[in-house]
Amino acid sequence: MTVTFTDETRARAREIMARYPAGRERSALLPMLHLVQGQQGYVSPEGMAFCADMLGLTRAQVAAVATFYTMYKRRPTGNWLVSVCTNTMCGVLGGDRAFAALTELLGVGHDETTGDGTITLEHAECLAACDYAPVMTVNYEFFDRIDAERAVEVVSQLRAGERPIPTRGPRLCTLKEVSAQLAGWADDRPGAVGEGLPGEPTVAGNRLAERYGVSVPGFDPTTPIGRRDDKGQGPGNTIPATIKPPASDGKPAGDRPPAAKEAP
Amino acid sequence: MSFGSEPSKKALAQLTPVLTKRWLSPDAWKLSVYERLDGYTALRKALDVAPDDLIQLIKDSGLRGRGGAGFPTGMKWGFIPQNDGKDHYLVVNADEGEPGTCKDLPLMMSDPHSLVEGIIIGSYAIRANYAVIYVRGEAVHAARRLRSAVREAYARGYLGRNILGSKFSLNLVVHSGAGAYICGEETALLDSLEGYRGQPRLRPPFPATHGLYAGPTVVNNVETICSVPYIVLGGAAWWKTMGTEKSPGPKIYSISGRVNNPGQYECSLGTTLRELIDLAGGMQDSHRLKFWTPGGSSTPMLTDEHLDVPLDFEAMMAAGTMLGTTAVQVFSNADDVVYATYRWIEFYHHESCGKCTPCREGTYWMSHTLRRILSGAGTPADLDTLLDNSDNLLGRSFCALGDGAASPVQSSIKYFKQDYLDYISGRKRPYFTAGELVGAHR
Repeated sequence: MTVTFTDETRARAREIMARYPAGRERSALLPMLHLVQGQQGYVSPEGMAFCADMLGLTRAQVAAVATFYTMYKRRPTGNWLVSVCTNTMCGVLGGDRAFAALTELLGVGHDETTGDGTITLEHAECLAACDYAPVMTVNYEFFDRIDAERAVEVVSQLRAGERPIPTRGPRLCTLKEVSAQLAGWADDRPGAVGEGLPGEPTVAGNRLAERYGVSVPGFDPTTPIGRRDDKGQGPGNTIPATIKPPASDGKPAGDRPPAAKEAP
Repeated sequence: MSFGSEPSKKALAQLTPVLTKRWLSPDAWKLSVYERLDGYTALRKALDVAPDDLIQLIKDSGLRGRGGAGFPTGMKWGFIPQNDGKDHYLVVNADEGEPGTCKDLPLMMSDPHSLVEGIIIGSYAIRANYAVIYVRGEAVHAARRLRSAVREAYARGYLGRNILGSKFSLNLVVHSGAGAYICGEETALLDSLEGYRGQPRLRPPFPATHGLYAGPTVVNNVETICSVPYIVLGGAAWWKTMGTEKSPGPKIYSISGRVNNPGQYECSLGTTLRELIDLAGGMQDSHRLKFWTPGGSSTPMLTDEHLDVPLDFEAMMAAGTMLGTTAVQVFSNADDVVYATYRWIEFYHHESCGKCTPCREGTYWMSHTLRRILSGAGTPADLDTLLDNSDNLLGRSFCALGDGAASPVQSSIKYFKQDYLDYISGRKRPYFTAGELVGAHR
């Protein structure tokens, strides 16, 4: 074992194993691979050997798992993993052009790292943010509604040693720091959990409901829960006939907390 | 957000802000704010009744799984054998990755405690003392909020030993995946969670009897579990005031693409595309609806003939497609349906786990055939080859990923055969000329 994996790494690995039921420690393998990736920036042969050693598996068993998942990188990566979604929706709305622009800017293709070792470029499959399409991520934090120019701007800032601010989400941290979070540790940077507000697409429906005073009537949190023996005929299964199907009842949606009760 | 045109009264009446309601409240991801907005009141109410009463309540509500298949949730819970002396598990499928789908991540970002509360109630109902949220690896931002929420819930006594003095105990782990779409398939998810390659298992036996660690297991989607506290509070009858008779309740519709205001619109199940587009501010200027997916790329695409078909489980089935995840991707006359299909098939090809031959080979060959057509070198026989490939995938692959890969091919040829023929006959300029393709896996 190389010096990369210290007693502290071993302690962390054991901490991961303790999250799972006794005798089921193999469940720790995916988080543990994130852990070793966080140490070295990729899943190296030593990293796989470390996991095998901790979990009593063969290296082949670990390699079979590590090579299955796209987030485990097989070669050293940069501090910044730039992923451009080129699945259908993002692709047709501009993701394809953004990826092409970055390929030209950086002189690297998919799953390749720049010569100075700072940026790894990849195209990603659907990142579950189609309402913000086209999107790209840097170390998995979102930059929404990009185009080729914006993508080049963000990556140029990264190359200049700056940390561009994601559209919704906290300040960027390095890929190694992100890997520690993927291994299951909380983000302990002060305030990081709360950073980043939802964008307009997320609350689009709510905005309409608020604007037009739409809410769902008939909600009574004290409605009793029936007994199993009632077979669907007990309390809570009938509501007064006066309740109409959902429509505007003039009350705004969204719960505004009382002002000044808690600092944001 | 521009409000451009006024949505019609009919469309507005479809809005049902229930699960999304807290999204407008600042800092609702914090326990203190969540509690002020009725948070964890459903848990107290649930712990006062017998677990079987809760299962009956969910059955009565008619809640159906929100992950795509629409299986009745109460029935799923009821399948868990009781008094069998085994450990039971509740696993939440938060591996959102179906192309077009973007509802669970904002839900976990803005309201993570509603998921935690739903998990505790669900676990109590099925007598599970161990629960896991399997969250997609790339969703670091959602996992961050979840981990914070779980930590707060432990500190406040909502998780751990003897929850709120009920003698019920629950451990909850947030487990990040590592980038594999297939892990959204429930048995592949379980294999992945056990530390293996995420490949689907042969069923039966089903997870209800042989799931995580071969124990009785319920696997539910995020939105499904988040619905539970509201049903516990408002009752089954109230829940059924929304949606249709067989597809009750509210549903988060995710509209993306060529509309003015793409986003999340929680509406009554059975809302139509016409109403959704209306809510989303209409189609963008100079864009006319051409094709759309009702629930992600695995659900066969529809056309402008289907604007008024209710988006619920039954009506979508009758229209030859599926409700899926209600990821409504809207494409216009500016978009190339052949390229869209090709790009989806590239996705399935990349994500096929390789376990079964029809899917591993079928997705590979379909992507090559589609690429040939787009390069201007296709022949009319290529369409037969594609349909033959699809036939060998649909119903013959190990899991639904293969079925999903057949969907865009079959439906696009069904509705837009001429678009393919235009490439084949040379009427349309080849999409790929330089032999290079952005985003292709080589």
